[in-house]
Amino acid sequence: MYDSGKIIPGLIIFVLFITFPIWYNHGDAGAVPQPELPKNVKECVLPITEMRSDHMQLLNEWRDIVLRTGDRSFDVKIGDKMYQKSLMNTCMECHTSKKKFCDTCHTYASVKPYCWDCHLAPVE
Amino acid sequence: MDKKRRDFLKIAGVTTLAGLGGTTVVDRLVSGSSPVQARAAQEVDPAEHGAGEQTAAAGHGEEVVKSGNRLGMVVDLRKFREHPELLEKVRQACHAEHNVPDFPNKKDVIKWIWPTGFENAFPEHSTYHLNESSEDNKVPVFCNHCDSPPCVKACPTRATFKNKDGIVAMDYHRCIGCRFCMAACPYGMRSFNWRDPRAGLDMNNINRRFPTRMRGVVEKCNFCAERVGLGEQPKCVEVCGETKAMIFGNLNDPESEIRKVLKENFTIQRKPSAGTHPSVFYIV
Amino acid sequence: MFEKALKGNNYYWMWLAFLGTFIGIAAICYVRQFNYGLGLTGMSRDVSWGLYISQFTFLVGVAAGGVMVVLPYYIHNYKEFAKITILGEFLAIAALLMCLSFIVVDLGQPMRMLNVIFHAQPKSMLFYDMLVLNGYLFLNIICGWVILTSERKEVPPPKWIYFFVYLSIPFAVSIHTVTAMLYCGLPGRHFWLSAIVAPRFLASAFAAGPAFIVVAALILKRVSHFDAGKKAIDKLVTIIIYAALVNVFFVGLEFFVGYYSNMPGHIATLQYLFFGLEHNGHMYNNLVPFMWGFVVLFIIGITLLSIPYTRRHNDFWLGAGAAAIFISFWLDKGVGFVLGGFVPTPLEEVVEYYPTANEIFITIGVWAMGFFVLTVLYKIAIGVEQEIE
Repeated sequence: MYDSGKIIPGLIIFVLFITFPIWYNHGDAGAVPQPELPKNVKECVLPITEMRSDHMQLLNEWRDIVLRTGDRSFDVKIGDKMYQKSLMNTCMECHTSKKKFCDTCHTYASVKPYCWDCHLAPVE
Repeated sequence: MDKKRRDFLKIAGVTTLAGLGGTTVVDRLVSGSSPVQARAAQEVDPAEHGAGEQTAAAGHGEEVVKSGNRLGMVVDLRKFREHPELLEKVRQACHAEHNVPDFPNKKDVIKWIWPTGFENAFPEHSTYHLNESSEDNKVPVFCNHCDSPPCVKACPTRATFKNKDGIVAMDYHRCIGCRFCMAACPYGMRSFNWRDPRAGLDMNNINRRFPTRMRGVVEKCNFCAERVGLGEQPKCVEVCGETKAMIFGNLNDPESEIRKVLKENFTIQRKPSAGTHPSVFYIV
Repeated sequence: MFEKALKGNNYYWMWLAFLGTFIGIAAICYVRQFNYGLGLTGMSRDVSWGLYISQFTFLVGVAAGGVMVVLPYYIHNYKEFAKITILGEFLAIAALLMCLSFIVVDLGQPMRMLNVIFHAQPKSMLFYDMLVLNGYLFLNIICGWVILTSERKEVPPPKWIYFFVYLSIPFAVSIHTVTAMLYCGLPGRHFWLSAIVAPRFLASAFAAGPAFIVVAALILKRVSHFDAGKKAIDKLVTIIIYAALVNVFFVGLEFFVGYYSNMPGHIATLQYLFFGLEHNGHMYNNLVPFMWGFVVLFIIGITLLSIPYTRRHNDFWLGAGAAAIFISFWLDKGVGFVLGGFVPTPLEEVVEYYPTANEIFITIGVWAMGFFVLTVLYKIAIGVEQEIE
């Protein structure tokens, strides 16, 4: 191979550079976030595992049903109570703290949803 | 050269054929968009919603069958003259309900409902010597929720659309802020968030059950879709209350109060020549 | 072929550095606008489109104008345009990149730009504008590049490319027609709601585009060995003269329809643009100097291009005439047409628009970016030309 003296060190430097975040943190992903769950309610819209993985799709679905089809009915069952499909008026009723619930995971995963540009988090 | 010219003619012929085929596709897409058809059809031509909505399958619910309702409003200017303070009360209540910011700089202004002069609201009505009552009193203007809205046709992302009840609604999540709808509206009823709207709101004193907007999107009166959807009256109608200065209802329901009012009074619409079929009527 | 753009004399690099400075300033200004919002511009709810969209509208015309060299060469086999055709195609590429940039800097939520595709609305003229602008850009890149490559190899261009060349001709017409339809498809804006907008746009485009090519060819003749040929330039000037006259004729028709029929909605904007509009005791006339600039420069330009001495025997006056037409039509379409359309507002008020410094610097920067791309592309074209010789 021509110029192997340059190419191989170059490749090594490149690999080291792009893996910088891993070895800088000693391969440690940091403490797993512990979002604070509501105390007086045990159930959510979907089972916890599904909520954990799919809450964003659920919120998008709700948004489209409410906004675009105009269906604002109280058809979400949590426990034995019926709720509206609403982030501000349903989710945040139980999850009263955005900081202790939403932000813990979002900060950890470095995702920045734009929900709160318009929607209002509960006053803390 | 001759050979080349013949090649060109061949290509031109093929392109023309493709073009003719294309028009039928466009015709199908545009079908059902005329107000007459829209009013007549209780259900919507599936072709209209089929195309372009394939992406909807990926988790986005989309437009549904229309309900056949056409929500509308009658504004009784006589009542507003009897209660001169009412208009300002309505404006404030609407803006507070929907967290509409208040910017002092004229360049940033956002408004949903506001008072304007008779000649401004109805420029097509001759006003050489305006009678005193029209001259002194202001007319409330807000989105007309047109039956054939030019803004909906203009919007390249379907961020503004006519919902099942005939409300011309905004999907702020989708708006790219091109402001084509603002140019398209013949009534000047749309506002743009030139900067973060929260800078113009008292954040300790806002309606926490309704979102604000973000910068870079267009907004306007939504006929209180969030209240109407729960069976309530729009905020402005609620504020007018017993004065009956604003009457809200389904224009397609012959038994509704609004239809009775329309039958008993002479009403005018803003700029009927624009061909938009406004759903807001004024009793002068 | 890009290596041709990497070798140049000091003037070439100084010119690029000069443009680069403005691009850099514009980048900083755009970051400010991105972070604050479009409130950093002079636009408001009454004048909701400003410099960005007006520049976009004009530049679509410049891009479409390139077809005035492509069409005679490929359809009518007018051999004199052999060398100049590439200038037209590369001008279209640079102009379209400016157009697309102006659209992007004008968006309130540029990150959601692709919603135009994800949630396409086939009733919206903006959707079709997106299709034809990108289509025309693609066609010009393909045609320009393939034909230049074959020229370099001194072989005839491959047959399949002619399909794209011929296709690009209706596309050129379509980009400006659809752009006109953005305006004339809106009810309630009297000045724009005119069936003559599309033909007027095309006429002004077919004058402004070739005018730019003439100026560019004259400059290239001085700074390099590239000579487009006297006959080619002369033919282009003829095209410019006719197209420019037709454009001004169309503007005149607008005056007739407005003032003779005495329709208030039709008169108001023309009155505002050319004479000033009085409203509630105040005179609004901030665009009047620009519109009379359009008239005066048009007369100067058409005179210089028509008198045989200035047209054929003196490159300086020929260039000045073509530049006058270009600037004149920029004032007409790139300033007056879009900004004037917002006066009066739908609520019969008059709100004047003054761009801010931030906005002006972004606008200059996008123009600089266009000239940068154009310079590099022309450098490549000339490099190939010289290599063959």
